[in-house]
Amino acid sequence: MIVFDRVSFTYDGAARPTLRDVDLRIGEGDLALVVGRTGTGKSTLLGAMNGLVPHFTGGTLSGAVTVDGRTTSQHRPKDMAEVVGYVGQNPLHGFVTDTVEEEIAYGMEQLGVDPVAMRKRVEETLDLMGIAELRRRPLLDLSGGQQQRVAIASVLAAQPRVLVLDEPTSALDPTAAQDVLAALTTLVHEVGLTIVLAEHRLERVMQAADVAVWVTGDGTVESGPPRSILGRADVVPPLAALAHTLGWDEVPLSVREARRRIARERITVAEVADAPVPDGPPLLSARDLTVSYGDLRAVKGVSLDLAGGTITALMGRNGSGKSSLVNALQGAVKSTGELVVAGDVDPRSLSAAAARRRVTLVPQSAGDLLYLRTVAAECAQADRESLAPAGTCATVLARLDGGVRPDADPRDLSEGQRLSLVLAIQLTAAPPVVLLDEPTRGLDYRMKANLSRIVDGLAADGACVVVVTHDVEFAAAATHRALLMAEGEIVADGTTREVCGSSPAFAPQLAKVFAPQPIMSVREVVVT
Amino acid sequence: MVAADRTVPLTPRPTLARPADQILHPWAWWAWALGVAIAVNLTTNPLFLVLVGLALLAVILLRRSDAPWARSISAYFWLAGVVIGVRMFFRILVGGGFGETVLFTLPEIPLPDWAQGIRLGGDVTLEGILYTLYDSLRLVVMLVAVAAANALANPRRALRAVPAALHDISVSVVIALSVAPQLVESAFRVRTARRLRGGRARGLDAVKAYLVPILADAVDRSVSLAASMEARGFGRTRTTSRRRTWTNALLLVSSMVATLGGFLLLSSSGDPGPVAFGCLGAGALGVVAGLRASRDKIAVTRYRPDPWGIQEWTVTVSGLLVLAIVLALGNESVWALFGATLDPDVLNPSFMPATWPSLHPALVVAAALTALPILVTRAPGRTPPATRRGDAAATGRTGIADPGARRPDEELVTS
Repeated sequence: MIVFDRVSFTYDGAARPTLRDVDLRIGEGDLALVVGRTGTGKSTLLGAMNGLVPHFTGGTLSGAVTVDGRTTSQHRPKDMAEVVGYVGQNPLHGFVTDTVEEEIAYGMEQLGVDPVAMRKRVEETLDLMGIAELRRRPLLDLSGGQQQRVAIASVLAAQPRVLVLDEPTSALDPTAAQDVLAALTTLVHEVGLTIVLAEHRLERVMQAADVAVWVTGDGTVESGPPRSILGRADVVPPLAALAHTLGWDEVPLSVREARRRIARERITVAEVADAPVPDGPPLLSARDLTVSYGDLRAVKGVSLDLAGGTITALMGRNGSGKSSLVNALQGAVKSTGELVVAGDVDPRSLSAAAARRRVTLVPQSAGDLLYLRTVAAECAQADRESLAPAGTCATVLARLDGGVRPDADPRDLSEGQRLSLVLAIQLTAAPPVVLLDEPTRGLDYRMKANLSRIVDGLAADGACVVVVTHDVEFAAAATHRALLMAEGEIVADGTTREVCGSSPAFAPQLAKVFAPQPIMSVREVVVT
Repeated sequence: MVAADRTVPLTPRPTLARPADQILHPWAWWAWALGVAIAVNLTTNPLFLVLVGLALLAVILLRRSDAPWARSISAYFWLAGVVIGVRMFFRILVGGGFGETVLFTLPEIPLPDWAQGIRLGGDVTLEGILYTLYDSLRLVVMLVAVAAANALANPRRALRAVPAALHDISVSVVIALSVAPQLVESAFRVRTARRLRGGRARGLDAVKAYLVPILADAVDRSVSLAASMEARGFGRTRTTSRRRTWTNALLLVSSMVATLGGFLLLSSSGDPGPVAFGCLGAGALGVVAGLRASRDKIAVTRYRPDPWGIQEWTVTVSGLLVLAIVLALGNESVWALFGATLDPDVLNPSFMPATWPSLHPALVVAAALTALPILVTRAPGRTPPATRRGDAAATGRTGIADPGARRPDEELVTS
């Protein structure tokens, strides 16, 4: 269905090719999972499938990409529309109209589909993706999972044979991600589409994959059965880590497979016990904290105490008020109720510069903080803003990530490097409370492990860290305590093991594999 | 769903029209409102103006939806109030001048010689007041007519229903309409980010700290939007031929000719003459021909287009009839048909001397026609409040007035 024949691709002005001599075949009706570290060219590979690379991005492509008999060298992306449906990283950025129904019809209008056929296809597509009840809703009002399904529906309506998705679940909470994946599996199994998708959180999708395509990082691509490719790849989801630990050569793709093999091989693991959560005087305490936007109450009377030296995960579905809560704890959004940091001050009463030395927040879109031309300039500005001795920020940055060049443009950095830079800027003020809002978005496993080390270091120095995350595996591996939010209230509070281990949606894969043993990460797997 | 559905055409064809909750075609509202507005422009009869104003108000109040664009009418009413207020103020303060019925006298402020001809204060006459009142009433009712079209017609649907020649323009305007609220959101996000960094930047740096992230965001969004449109086939059914260039040239020239005709028609005080009508007619014909030709060039189809049916015709014709009646009342030969001579007082009642204006029966009919849409259309359904968050964001209503209302991220509690 999709054939890459000796494809190489170099972006304009790049020193070395992003893709090099790629030979790849993806069969009809397969679900192909593209894996690889951040910045290795996964998106480039996906874009090459419908001609966005190179027609839209520029650059030089040699070799031939053929999809369903059409080569991208002879067809522009718009001529590939009824062969390849392409859904980009952020569905909201790709929407052209403003209601669900019109968005689905848009592609067909452009293709000049007969109105009678169009009317029928829109209804079919609404039913197929299970979004019929949303048809008249404005796109902006939809939740992340719904938007993603509408985005998929909007390319499906033109009846492509291949669907290409770039990180379709990266911004979604576990339940919404499950909805989207269920829809995709239906498309593969019931409709017979060929699907290619890139993803960082492999644990979510690998059980559905027929083929794994590993973008190795030097421009080459290896493809094959997911069990063996994942055993070799440099991206290591929890089950692959488990396979490495247990010396298995094939990676189990699902919790069920892993459980069966463990039962068959009679593997037992040592009991795990939590180190006690550091219990000092609270560094940050809130009483009856409420955040309202107009008549909408995003956070409803939350009370909590956070001690120094702890790392707390704040979880919950999209829209449960997590970001509002951390923003309120920093004083960045208005809130009512009591808020005390480090025993004596309310950050809301302080100037922005003073508040930042007590509580710092790395927001979801970390790039919003950056506006200068070079990394060095951003660091110097951060030193001035924090009244810190010159060079402080650069030192912090060097500790977090040695690979960031001072003369680089902050906007050209990779996701991981940009996060390191923003974190360094925010830590320059040496605040006792550090709040991180969705820091793991777009990070691969190695970067997440690095982030986990950074956060551990902060906690060891006595800081209180709160991480808002959808990433169950990261929370399980990196945090002591977990708070679960729903509808603006905290509904569960305990050690991460208690809160996540017992929840079907938020349990990490290893806890499910070793249930009833609440294993959180592969470090805790000790074979007895 | 992959099965071929281009097969046998169904008979009868299934309905492609909007269902029972449909609203009137937006261009029908505009045709009606413009007809009334032009008619109003041709008269200063206060009784007629008041009646038409009331009829317009009734239509707005009974037929508007709760959509964001419908909420804009208060701004128009405010503007109308300002128009009357300002004109009255200046009439009383500086204008006096003519008429004999002095109502009251303000102390006159003597001005130096070089300001000869301008008077501050002095006699305020009934005639002067009436003249200003009639004239500003005319402006106010025209404003209300435009407000009516704005409140009743969905601007996006109006843009969607443009002739094929204007397709590109309508696409860009629609995209701009969707991007604007997103820009407002990213502005609020960046403002929060400023606080998080301590907000120490001053002067040019502070401006940069705001603009750079917002612009970077906007550029990112535009690139993804363009990629998405390209991947979905935008611009595929377009032909760029020599004929298309000629069509565009024809459209441009004929619209200019039509504009010239319109200008001649409106600017001549007496009989406009054949040149004006000729230009207008030829221009209109050229535009129609150009639009027809360009329709064949873009094979974009429409999903559930707004139908143009008997209701739309009725509303449009009622507006045009109002205009026709007023035009007829100002035309000598029409009066002659009924064996009478033109009575200028019907459309422009004299205020020197000030008399109570009369209302010609035909004007009563015209005012009634203005309210006709109430009879032929239905009140739109109200959106349940739970689904209206995006509307508020789209107008920036909550956002601009209260920054907290738009959140700095996507984490809003979904209802």
